[in-house]
Amino acid sequence: MADRDDFGATLTFDLSRPGRVGCTLPPLDVPEAPLPSGDLLRDDITLPELSQPDVVRYFTQLSQRNFSIDTGFYPLGSCSMKYNPRINEVAARLSGLADVHPMQSDETAQGALALMHGLQRLLAEITGMHDVSLAPDAGAHGELAGILIASAYHNSNGGPRRRVLVPDSAHGTNPATAAMAGFQVESIPSDTDGNLDFEALRAALDSNGDSVAALMLTLPSTLGLFEPRITQIADLLHDHGALLYGDGANMNAMLGRVKPGDLGFDVFHLNLHKTFSTPHGGGGPGAGPIAVTAALAPFLPAPHVRQDKSSARFSLETPEHSIGRLGLFHGNFGVLVRAYAYILSLGAEGLRGISEAAVLNANYVLTRLRDAYRLPYDRRCMHEVVISGSRQKANGVKTLDIAKRLIDYGFHPPTIYFPLIVDEAMMIEPTESETKETLDAFCDAMLVIAKEAEATPDLVREAPARAPLRRLDEATAARKPVLRWTR
Amino acid sequence: MAHPYIPLTQEDRKELLGSVGVTSVDELFAEIPAEHRDPVFDLPKALSEPELLSYLEELASRSTAGLPSFLGAGAYAHFIPSTVDAIISRGEYLTAYTPYQPEISQGTLQTTFEFQSLVCELTGMDIANAGMYDGASAMAEACLMACSVTGRERIVLLDTIHRNITETVRTYAGGRDIEVVLVPPSHASLTDTDACLAVQQPNFFGYIEDLGALSRAAHEAGALFVVSQDPVSLGLYKPPSAFDADIVVADGQPLGVPLSFGGPYVGLFACRAEYARQMPGRIVGRTKDLEGRTGYVLTLQTREQHIRRERATSNICTSTQLVALAFTIALSTLGKQGLRRMAELCYHKAHYAAGQIAALDGYELASNDEFFQEFVVRCPVSPADVNDALLGCGMIGGFDVSDRVERGLLLCFSELHTREQIDDLVKALGEIRG
Amino acid sequence: MNIPTELRYTKEHEWIRAEGDIGTIGITDYAQDQLGDIVYLDLPAVGAPLTQNDKLGEIESVKAVSDLYAPVSGEVLEVNTEAVDQPEAVNEEPYGKGWLIRVRLSDASELDAMLTNEAYDELIVREMEEHSD
Repeated sequence: MADRDDFGATLTFDLSRPGRVGCTLPPLDVPEAPLPSGDLLRDDITLPELSQPDVVRYFTQLSQRNFSIDTGFYPLGSCSMKYNPRINEVAARLSGLADVHPMQSDETAQGALALMHGLQRLLAEITGMHDVSLAPDAGAHGELAGILIASAYHNSNGGPRRRVLVPDSAHGTNPATAAMAGFQVESIPSDTDGNLDFEALRAALDSNGDSVAALMLTLPSTLGLFEPRITQIADLLHDHGALLYGDGANMNAMLGRVKPGDLGFDVFHLNLHKTFSTPHGGGGPGAGPIAVTAALAPFLPAPHVRQDKSSARFSLETPEHSIGRLGLFHGNFGVLVRAYAYILSLGAEGLRGISEAAVLNANYVLTRLRDAYRLPYDRRCMHEVVISGSRQKANGVKTLDIAKRLIDYGFHPPTIYFPLIVDEAMMIEPTESETKETLDAFCDAMLVIAKEAEATPDLVREAPARAPLRRLDEATAARKPVLRWTR
Repeated sequence: MAHPYIPLTQEDRKELLGSVGVTSVDELFAEIPAEHRDPVFDLPKALSEPELLSYLEELASRSTAGLPSFLGAGAYAHFIPSTVDAIISRGEYLTAYTPYQPEISQGTLQTTFEFQSLVCELTGMDIANAGMYDGASAMAEACLMACSVTGRERIVLLDTIHRNITETVRTYAGGRDIEVVLVPPSHASLTDTDACLAVQQPNFFGYIEDLGALSRAAHEAGALFVVSQDPVSLGLYKPPSAFDADIVVADGQPLGVPLSFGGPYVGLFACRAEYARQMPGRIVGRTKDLEGRTGYVLTLQTREQHIRRERATSNICTSTQLVALAFTIALSTLGKQGLRRMAELCYHKAHYAAGQIAALDGYELASNDEFFQEFVVRCPVSPADVNDALLGCGMIGGFDVSDRVERGLLLCFSELHTREQIDDLVKALGEIRG
Repeated sequence: MNIPTELRYTKEHEWIRAEGDIGTIGITDYAQDQLGDIVYLDLPAVGAPLTQNDKLGEIESVKAVSDLYAPVSGEVLEVNTEAVDQPEAVNEEPYGKGWLIRVRLSDASELDAMLTNEAYDELIVREMEEHSD
């Protein structure tokens, strides 16, 4: 097997030995047809040749080199690293869900369509919006759909608008999405309390105001703060004929407490892999459904599930002025199944319990860390708290070092260096899944690290010492990229 | 009431509230405008785990699954090695996120490097990324990338590409005034304003396109040649690199991924090394740690949205990493011999079926072109009626393409079909009369 | 922070060394320090025209990307291909082997409006204070 000291040096291609096989396939039980001609036929392909135990052992050993929610506390801000219930995994594997072909007739897929329709309705109720599309495969995909909807809406209501406003605290997908959809992106600053600078927004709208298509706003913001003027912001945009786009990455703070639709959002995307417990999978699959107002519903992407009133049968349809299709089939159905199961297991009361515990836990972490670290905005937070390592940096210990030191104490670091407007930012999202004991252990470690940053800074700067690897040379990786195995 | 997903006890809650300095949780939500706080939520009441499971089982039973099926058309049922689910179910892979901290994410990073390497070997291309949402979004991103590489704003797609893919390209191009045109393979002539020529191999109808001629047509106009190819077919057919492809995409679903009513799947994305900095999506690279041990990191990140924001090559962030892992394990388990064997079995079964069906009265093959595992038959009656009749015989028929080919039914065969199932299909078809 | 006296600077942290109508351009020590490990340079081709204050290229570190602006107008005479191949040169010797391009100035009077070493020093002191709130 692989070298235990340099596990990364040996890939499946290196373990390969000619003649080994990992599985068997049925024998040929029909006559052989002549194979394609030589100018089409592949003569060789380099793929690993491994026995089945080789495969299982290699990938199992590799799995042990991953940190995960199942193995420890993972307070990665704005990612809602909550427990992923196992019943959801069982559900997604039921043959009547996992083995349904996407091109089957609607008649033979009624169960799958009923589930999708049910989820559309549940998410519409949770967000307080008119209708929902389940087609987007991730948050950024939902953003693209939402902004294309805004574009199509304006094109058919008074003509094209070219500008999209994005707060300076926004996640990078917001400006990237707006640019991808052909918009000019303008940044709106935050004020000293961490809220959107209302006067700057007004100024942006007043300068050629009818050219603004939408403001993309994350609520609560990436600073973990609720925007107290949210309804005034919505009114101001609407007065200028612009739309309010909601990035729902932080919906975990609001579940069962407030409906984004009531606050004036026109489009709101949800991340099922964040708020609704579907596994993050090392970077997906996720799902990014979008919820919209009645005015925008005709523009939703295809396909959309509708139920016929008289027959109660479900079918796939293309909305009247649809922006079109976002992907090969109907969205990440397997992810939808898990989110559906999650909502049904909680009900309204359970959803409210989620946001309550998430917000209480984050405020507890804030309270425990506020003396040791700088708090850039001194107010209560929602489901996540942003602190700064600027004090420690003055001592030569950067936020990156603090993050790496947390690994030595057995925790996944928070999101770091984001949002960009906070120097040496650490964004901590504990979620509702953690016990008080875990929160205390984490806070204790953070407090110890703050002391270490003063007393033994080298210890922090050289961390991690207890991970499978020490710090990696990312500069050489980018200067001389090695992106694949070679012989 | 206590819920299994929320561990705080009443006692904990009191302690936490006390530390925070509030008397009730409601105070923490005080910034929400009062008139919108705590509305009524019209949601079903919570189900216990056994209730939930039986409800979902009932829902699942309302769809038809598990019958012999001859549907392909973009999603393909193949054998999935048992290793796949065993490994992707491990919490260490399942419940991690984007590997921002490489020291404790080598599982995800190294398997992604394996994935990139496998995609390169399969397609013959220089480099590959960590994956896209699916084959359609991969194609859309490939076409947009061709626009930025060439500085041109017209995308040419063969009309033999899956319509769901061409429609996805249109959606992606929609916001940016990029023109998208569909042309038949016989009229694939480009001009010097075209960014790319994109083709699907085998095409939507199952037939083999002449990649050599199409590649020349693209390159003579200075456009990029973009190929979307079925990954199982690459066990048997020369890779797109042999025809000078510039970007190769695919949907990885046929290798290791259940049908799951259309997703989650994974988009494969590979290209020439010179386009590395224009590629969308995440990329993993190999490097060393402080002590000289080999490790893997996310690299070339300045292309991406979290750094370049509105100037990023794409807005993609979360993709479908776990599905890429399923693909990686499936292909590692099948290996060199298994992939070839799977491809040959598909090929032989489809050709056997084609011969048998063509011999039936009233049926004919819609084309004599070369095919891999799918082909179109012209039926004596409407394909919808044929499918209804087949369902009555306990099987799911093919995909109705009568809007494109008169009375055309697209049928798909794989290593999972037994001769007996194919013979049953042929018999059932033979009993349908015009 | 090293700020050679004989050079002229921009507020975007480029420097220029003028010798007759030939200017050598690079980024400052402060700029390379702020960027961290530099991994990639995107520079114009030889012969490309430059317009003062227009974007001339990009410089990338592992986790940041920064635009380069032309301190002067003119034409690119030479590109430091060694720095393109080994971008760490910019970190190691930003005023030496880490220079970026050499240009023929079309209007030497543009130099007069650029920052002196003292003025640039004041600028970065202000920037550093803003960072360490």
